[in-house]
Amino acid sequence: MLIGNFKETYSADEALFRTATVRAWMGVLAVGLLAFPFLVGDYLLYLANLVGVLAIGALGLNILTGFTGQISLGHAAFMGVGAYVAAILSTRFGLPFWLAVPAGGAGACLAGMVVGVPSLRIKGLYLAIATLAAQVIFEWIFTNWTGVTGGIRGLNVPPARLLGFAFDTDRRVYYLVFAVAAAHTYFASNLFRTRVGRAFIAVRDRDLSAELMGVNLFRTKILAFMISSYYAGIAGGLWVYFTKVVTPENFPLSLSIQYLTIIIVGGLGSIRGTLFGTVFVTMVPEMLKAATQSLRPFFPNAMSYLFPMRDIVFGAMIVAFLVFEPHGLAEMWNRTKRFFALWPFKK
Amino acid sequence: MEFLLQILVSGVVTGGIYALIAIGFVIVYKATGVINFATGELMMLGAFFCYSAMTALHAPFALALLVAALAAGGVGAAVERVVLRPLLGKRAISVIMVTIGLSAVFKGLAQIIWSGEYRAFPPIFPRAPVVLGSVILPSRQAYPFLIAMGAIALVALLFRFTRTGIAMRATADDQGTAFSMGIDIRRIFSLSWSLAAVTAAVAGVVIGAIGGISPQLGAVGLRIFPVVILGGLDSVGGALLGGVVMGVLENLAGGYLDPLLPGGGVKEVVPFVALVVILMIRPYGLFGRREIERL
Repeated sequence: MLIGNFKETYSADEALFRTATVRAWMGVLAVGLLAFPFLVGDYLLYLANLVGVLAIGALGLNILTGFTGQISLGHAAFMGVGAYVAAILSTRFGLPFWLAVPAGGAGACLAGMVVGVPSLRIKGLYLAIATLAAQVIFEWIFTNWTGVTGGIRGLNVPPARLLGFAFDTDRRVYYLVFAVAAAHTYFASNLFRTRVGRAFIAVRDRDLSAELMGVNLFRTKILAFMISSYYAGIAGGLWVYFTKVVTPENFPLSLSIQYLTIIIVGGLGSIRGTLFGTVFVTMVPEMLKAATQSLRPFFPNAMSYLFPMRDIVFGAMIVAFLVFEPHGLAEMWNRTKRFFALWPFKK
Repeated sequence: MEFLLQILVSGVVTGGIYALIAIGFVIVYKATGVINFATGELMMLGAFFCYSAMTALHAPFALALLVAALAAGGVGAAVERVVLRPLLGKRAISVIMVTIGLSAVFKGLAQIIWSGEYRAFPPIFPRAPVVLGSVILPSRQAYPFLIAMGAIALVALLFRFTRTGIAMRATADDQGTAFSMGIDIRRIFSLSWSLAAVTAAVAGVVIGAIGGISPQLGAVGLRIFPVVILGGLDSVGGALLGGVVMGVLENLAGGYLDPLLPGGGVKEVVPFVALVVILMIRPYGLFGRREIERL
């Protein structure tokens, strides 16, 4: 039960974190995240980094798909563009990571614009197919433009350095990834409190009404596409410094689908949901792996079922969420919160 | 000249099979407005049904094909009833994603049931080449093409002459009017999915017979997008023409451009480049309904 929550100024009413309780919990979360690398083993740390990188990309896709209503099946390709731009700038031109990663974001942003301009003139289902084509074409370029991308052997990248400090272990990369992820989450949360962000939502809900209210549809959609690709590009750039290698197999269509799964499982049009979704979708295969390993004494060939089971669980997760919980984990969270908001009075 | 002719012939053959898969896609899209990303996996399942009927039950090919078609039809109807119907009228992304989810489930199931390994299909075509005037077709090109064309002709006849076919066309044209004329729309939705699964299964058997089968066979399903975009998402005739054009284009690109570019794989990417161009010039395709909204 939330009581004693009075607002005396507009700025207090409009604040991102509105109550002392929320601020306290955010503080706990921040301390928890800072302490995390010292509490867990190498493997969990690796997963945490993966979650951090994917979360940035998924936020980008949710801005485009969840908030603006434009379906993209090519998000992994934009992540790939960011990764390759960052990798090439750092290996060929020796750019430091703090320039290479934003350059990756900018490169992806540009690629997003190139794909977006023709495809945003068409709606819905056709856009999905157009972005699918972009995914196939970019993937082909990554593989075949060997002079620049290194072909299927890919590119090896030295670790990120800042003022002589090398981000060479997973624990150091963790802080880098999480600082960037936190900044991008903050930006995304604020985006939807501005005119631009509200315009995105208006376009999603009813494009015609949005246009009548003075929203320039084309410009808004292109902007959403660009911001989304920029996020993907940043995720790609960080990916490069996290795995130290970039190959075309890192950015297949299945990754685009995984991104879409994340935002559906987490909740379309929810920042918090995106973060939940990323953790959930990354952890489910791991839990499945653990479960399979524990079954090994009873079924010696259990491991051979791991990969097919992953496909099945993955697909079933998409179908089940769409059919039974279309607003995703974010809605479950809200339901839980509502329950406790009235808790002693309503059971 | 010899080379060009060879490319054209194999292009038409590939295209005929693409057309068959694309028709299943178009049937579903026309009737229910769903973009079916699981078409490729339905195809793969159909091929495995036929394979199992032939190897495990020792059924003759014709019977096995019938069994596969019936089983695939059942799967199609079940998918519509269990998964697609609750999502009727939901946002496009939900419907697209649910078919993508289904395709992952099918792929996983196929890997568990039949294992992930690649298998050769039992020989079903006579070995002797088919001679048409001066052109000699190898049997592994001629018979698949004939089967694909036969299946397409059957679908066309079904739409043209049977009561159910006419009801399906009426539903595709205007659901409200069709419903008020006493057509059971829900049955039509279900039938459309069945029919799509059956055409996909036949296509899967044909492709499997040419190059062997594995649970990865469904990846071919993505190739139909350029086909249906060229023909128009809601045009059965367009799917036929689009299939042949894309098949020929793909083979021409593979034959003439592949040697020029390092790395190759031009065959896979050219249809998608064509797709982007078509979307820019004529997004509703050659014969699609011009209902697309532009900004």
